[in-house]
Amino acid sequence: MTAAGPHPVRIGICVFPGINTDHDTWHAVTTFAGAEPVWLWHKDTELHDVDAVIIPGGFSYGDYLRCGAIARFSPIMASIADFAAGGGFVMGICNGFQILTEAHLLPGALIRNIGLKFVCRYVNLRVENAGTPFTQTAEPGDVLRIVVKHNEGNYRVDPVTLARMRDNGQIVLRYCAADGSEAGATTNGTIGGSSPNGSLDDIAGVCNEDFNVFGLMPHPENSVEAGLAGGTDGRVFFSSIVDSVRDRVLLR
Amino acid sequence: MSATEQRHASVEAAVKLGLTPDEYAHICHIQEREPTYVELAIYSLMWSEHCSYKHSRPILSRFPTSGPRILQGPGENAGIIDVGDGWAVAMKVESHNHPSAVEPFQGAATGVGGIVRDIFTMGARPCVSLDSLRFGEIDGDANARQRFLFDGVVGGIGFYGNCLGIPTVGGEVYFEDTYAGNCLVNAMSAGLMRADQIVRAIASGPGNHVVLIGSKTGRDGIGGASVLASQEFDETLEEKRPSVQVGDPFTEKKLIEACLELLHRHLVVSMQDLGAAGLTSSSSEMASKGHVGLDIHADRVPLREADMEPWEIMISESQERMLSIVDPARLADVREVCERWDLDCTVIGEVTDSKMLRIYWHDERVADIPARRLADESPVIRTPSFKPAYLVDEPVAVTDSSYPPAADAGAALLELLATPNIASKRWAYEQYDYIVQANTVQIPGSDAAVLRVKGTPRGIAFVNDCNGRHCYLDPYRGAKAAVAEAARNLSCTGALPVAVTDCLNFGNPEKGDIYWTFEQAVEGMAEACEAFDTPVVSGNVSFYNESFGNAIYPTPMVGMLGVMDDVTRHCDARFKAEGDVVVLLGPPDCAWLDGSEYQKVHFGRVEGRVPDVDLALEIELQRVLREGIATGLIRSAHDCAEGGLAVALAECCIASGTEGGALTAAPPPALGAALTLPASALRADIALFGEAPSRVVVTCAPADAPALAALAAKLPLTTLGSVGGDRLRLSVDGAAALELPVAELHAAYESLPERLA
Repeated sequence: MTAAGPHPVRIGICVFPGINTDHDTWHAVTTFAGAEPVWLWHKDTELHDVDAVIIPGGFSYGDYLRCGAIARFSPIMASIADFAAGGGFVMGICNGFQILTEAHLLPGALIRNIGLKFVCRYVNLRVENAGTPFTQTAEPGDVLRIVVKHNEGNYRVDPVTLARMRDNGQIVLRYCAADGSEAGATTNGTIGGSSPNGSLDDIAGVCNEDFNVFGLMPHPENSVEAGLAGGTDGRVFFSSIVDSVRDRVLLR
Repeated sequence: MSATEQRHASVEAAVKLGLTPDEYAHICHIQEREPTYVELAIYSLMWSEHCSYKHSRPILSRFPTSGPRILQGPGENAGIIDVGDGWAVAMKVESHNHPSAVEPFQGAATGVGGIVRDIFTMGARPCVSLDSLRFGEIDGDANARQRFLFDGVVGGIGFYGNCLGIPTVGGEVYFEDTYAGNCLVNAMSAGLMRADQIVRAIASGPGNHVVLIGSKTGRDGIGGASVLASQEFDETLEEKRPSVQVGDPFTEKKLIEACLELLHRHLVVSMQDLGAAGLTSSSSEMASKGHVGLDIHADRVPLREADMEPWEIMISESQERMLSIVDPARLADVREVCERWDLDCTVIGEVTDSKMLRIYWHDERVADIPARRLADESPVIRTPSFKPAYLVDEPVAVTDSSYPPAADAGAALLELLATPNIASKRWAYEQYDYIVQANTVQIPGSDAAVLRVKGTPRGIAFVNDCNGRHCYLDPYRGAKAAVAEAARNLSCTGALPVAVTDCLNFGNPEKGDIYWTFEQAVEGMAEACEAFDTPVVSGNVSFYNESFGNAIYPTPMVGMLGVMDDVTRHCDARFKAEGDVVVLLGPPDCAWLDGSEYQKVHFGRVEGRVPDVDLALEIELQRVLREGIATGLIRSAHDCAEGGLAVALAECCIASGTEGGALTAAPPPALGAALTLPASALRADIALFGEAPSRVVVTCAPADAPALAALAAKLPLTTLGSVGGDRLRLSVDGAAALELPVAELHAAYESLPERLA
């Protein structure tokens, strides 16, 4: 790679049939100076030299079998797995998170909300690890207020893996109260508290062990512009990715 | 022997399909012979009330339908309105009442699917959904079925709309016994497009291909328009379940993307969705509008069930299908787009210059009908009408013995806030994605939904509204008030009302008293639409909303679009700051018990006569609202609707502590207010809870109060007090009426989920 000139950070946005926040994610990326969105298509294997990949939210293949279970077999997913194995940054939002767990690029699984209903609601999220490439522009303990909207956001993982994830700092976001308290209070999957879905340990977002793959249930792409109902708290994830790509280029 | 010969046309067969003997004779006259069974099936659908509007067409001509902003009025899949900067909005509402009553989840889901297809068929990307719902009472053990219907309908709307990625930003829900046997599910959708990208569903160019895109055709929904939508409910309800279609939002999402690409790249000549009466209505309407004929080879239609007969194929209402007219030179490009989206794309016929709709089955002609006769020349029926016996000319005589005033006004307020018609609908709208597409400025739960138009400073606002109880007590005044209230709700956000789409839900139009309420409601709506300069650009009539002979309240639902030049200047109901002055705009001494929620909830009665809207006063009120909001003078605005002034004030307090609008932090603590209603001839409880049109609660900074008074010089204006503290205190004519913590008001307002558990 050539010297660290200010070439735009190319962020691939992967479209599967049934994904419905692809245009929102594209639009969100355009609100960042120095970032450039690039379409990736599920039937291709070509990643078009992107610096990072976002798998947006929606209902890939209608979520008819199990969320993300069909999309993970798309040709593009093999390329994304290779990209991740080489250290590339991959972020999955909502259905994208579900696809990444189905593809085993992230640990755990996302099951039906404990209320058995789709939930669209503002939630408070505590940044548990601000040292990841996806959260580096936040401060540890920051409380972000972003909308969740999903049917299957109830995060589950086996106890051994959960313990390892805690030790490693792979639990990046937890649902919490407005003042940041109560994160991790709903350990046994009860409804109520701060969690909209009964998620284990109030988990809202996790990284893999190498911290280059990240998934979250809330929708930061709908929270990047002042004046809209979504507010601006989602910007940290995009700005972190842009900075992380730039940092990496500088390191080279 | 061909499949078509297994069934024969006859008067008996015609009646079984929902036609009358007279209509059968007329069909024989048009065909100059006995029709084939396929032809009979086609006529039965196209001449059904649902497809032909045979009872409503002469009355609907009363509506204003054109204006400088109107790019497309009624007669297309959706109306289209110019909203500025080269952008246009396509909008329409449609009922799916009977399918939802039979199977609430799929009925509501396919209602959303159908209306969304109407929008993107015009070339617009669907950008909002709203839903207007009516059920029976949901409280109590006896009403488990109503809770089941409500739960299923909300679930179905969410299932379909969420998957499509179209925000459901607003709506309304009412619970009245009158809807117990016949719920109402009116789905409204709108889409954004460039004003020069309008595509109309007109077939043209003999020799062009007729191409079917999307799902395969099955037996689902056969006779939906005639069997389900154009008959009353009786004990055969359960038997009608097979007439309900099943929705596949995943395929519809792919259809949206593929069809918008086909339309925007001009790869198709025109397009029409397959809704009620399926292939039959889409093909005959396209042919009729284009003054051409279509030859359809029913045997080429991809099927789910191999043994389907041609008449079944022609009238199947299988969902997620589009019919398009394609120049043979473009067919390869059309196929490429469809294949990319994994959609079937099949040439099933061609455009001819015959002006006939001809159906072939393995090259045998099984139907040959003049397209115009089907689509545009169905019989027109005008039922002799008479005023229903229950209507009265005078309001109720309120005396302390007939209507003893509520002993505890605070308890009455809590009771009203908790009643399902007023209580927060958060339980429902939290099941809808209201923020996807990144345009939502104002989330559900307010007077109207507000969205931005990306790339412009503009905003668009949507609302739907109808008080069926008021329309029951006076269909003319109630319908007029529905238009006025929808416009008022838009003006409360700062938006200028510009167009209407309507869904007119009534009972059996063959009954003279029902027909009278329909005529009256249309007249009331038309007068109001003329006054507000909001033409009716699209809509739907739903008759036969009866079960076991009992009709619903007349429910002319009004969907309205508003526009604002600067979306950052939008307003909502939230009290904004301690010390702000609370002002009532509109008459301070007018509040009626008749038809009010207070009358129903506290006294258990629905009677009297509702007030007439003063349209001149209303127009001035709304001008003041919009100007006050645009100049920043007005900081909050909220319409006084069900529950009257006291409920409106309580809602402003409650809203001040809830989310919505641009958020960077958790909602602030809720604000209270200390307010006094002036002396008037009204009894205190009726001053608090009585209802009347043309009343809006606004707030302004204390320093701006004189400027607001000057702006509203031609209006009655009453200063009620100021925002502050965490309690709502109301007094009437100096006497304390109630004092409650806002937290307690909020708890009552959010109590609906407990009832649904």
